[in-house]
Amino acid sequence: MTQNVSSPQGYWPQGTVYGALLNFQQEWQIKAPQMPDAPYKGAPKAPVLFIKTANTFTPSGGRIALPSTVAEVDIGANLAWIFGPDAQPVACVLVNDVSIPHESYYRPPVKFKCVDGFLGVGATAQSIEQVSTDAVVLTVKLNGQLVQQLNYADTVRKSQALLADISEFMTFQEGDVLLLGSDCLPDGKRPRAKAGDVVEISADGFDTLVNSFAGGAV
Amino acid sequence: MKHARIAWAGAIHEAVESDGELLLTRSPWAGKRLKFDEVVWLPPLAPVAQARTILALGLNYADHAKELAFKAPEEPLVFVKGEASLIGHKALTRRPQGVTYMHYECELAVVIGRTAKHVKKENALDYVGGYTVANDYAIRDYLENWYRPNFRVKNRDTCTPIGPWLVDAKDIHDAYGNPMNLSLQTTVNGKVTQSGHTRDMIFDVPTLIEYFSAFMTLQPGDLILTGTPDGVVNCEVGDVIVTSIEGVGDLINTLGE
Repeated sequence: MTQNVSSPQGYWPQGTVYGALLNFQQEWQIKAPQMPDAPYKGAPKAPVLFIKTANTFTPSGGRIALPSTVAEVDIGANLAWIFGPDAQPVACVLVNDVSIPHESYYRPPVKFKCVDGFLGVGATAQSIEQVSTDAVVLTVKLNGQLVQQLNYADTVRKSQALLADISEFMTFQEGDVLLLGSDCLPDGKRPRAKAGDVVEISADGFDTLVNSFAGGAV
Repeated sequence: MKHARIAWAGAIHEAVESDGELLLTRSPWAGKRLKFDEVVWLPPLAPVAQARTILALGLNYADHAKELAFKAPEEPLVFVKGEASLIGHKALTRRPQGVTYMHYECELAVVIGRTAKHVKKENALDYVGGYTVANDYAIRDYLENWYRPNFRVKNRDTCTPIGPWLVDAKDIHDAYGNPMNLSLQTTVNGKVTQSGHTRDMIFDVPTLIEYFSAFMTLQPGDLILTGTPDGVVNCEVGDVIVTSIEGVGDLINTLGE
């Protein structure tokens, strides 16, 4: 380990948190028929990326508040890489990329993804040596019931290919984070959470990420 | 006051502008004067405890929206940038080989001064700490219609020069009334290619602060790059691009390979 990625208070992102969209084959295939048409006019070539700003970070065990205008939010279970000083991943953490549901991927999703509290962050990071990134299976439970499983064997870009394609134009800094992708359900939507729900994201070898959801954020 | 962050004599220093020179403000060099060309200029932003939020506007001047064949947006078109794309004044920005259209974008950059949540337009300028100039380069060859403008266009290493000064908000407000009263200009190798005025923003600075702070809490040091007016042109390796904003500064950048 080249950096202290966890502490008695738990892991907390220090750098910029990037995320990859459309990195599961199932969602890609569901979206594929729309790709040739406006406004997209073609399948994405480079990785489709977004940023989760620092105001979104919520620790495991913390409550995520829905804006008063929103009844439900998408649950985006992700395995994320944490970068060391050499632009290579040194650790992994589970995160919940919460979003206001949005159909269109044409414009950047800032008002859907950068809402206060909208990133649940696992309490501890695992050293990269302990994780086979492209074989990790995440389990998502809503109020104790299994609602989704995703397997990083099913990604469009395997983790090293994703890193290579992003590194072509930008360099990850020490402490930066990359969300490796979240999948949709077979109907093309993501699992949804509403006020009063509890969402757990777990994987072998990781502490379970737990967040409760509340309504009426001000 | 105009604040700078510089590298000189093997260390990083805080400085202010004083009679056409840099005046170092902290021990052990407090009081030391330096010429502008004696130092390396860094982004004029104090380090922050966790990742700085950098919001950037697209199509925020009606003439530029028209230039790019878009109708003016009904709400701010915003994207987020990573801090690693920032570089200082008089720096080198990489132009990838083989691209056909890489252009500058002269933008007024708003630096948030205190925590902003649910701020109303009427007092939004109270939350501004200062202003600086950003050049938000874009490479149009890489545009794709997925979360457009996409990261390969807008989040490239070295492609966001910023500086040279962080000018206290009060200075701009006292001298110009508000930030919506400043002329902008870009020159390429000394020739004026872009000129505009901040009064022509579609969403002005107070409106942007109200809009963003309604759903995201902004922290001191966060940035809003407010978009660019008409007049972007392709630039080549070796070109010297100076993006200037009245009262804020002249930001010099050179394209390198």
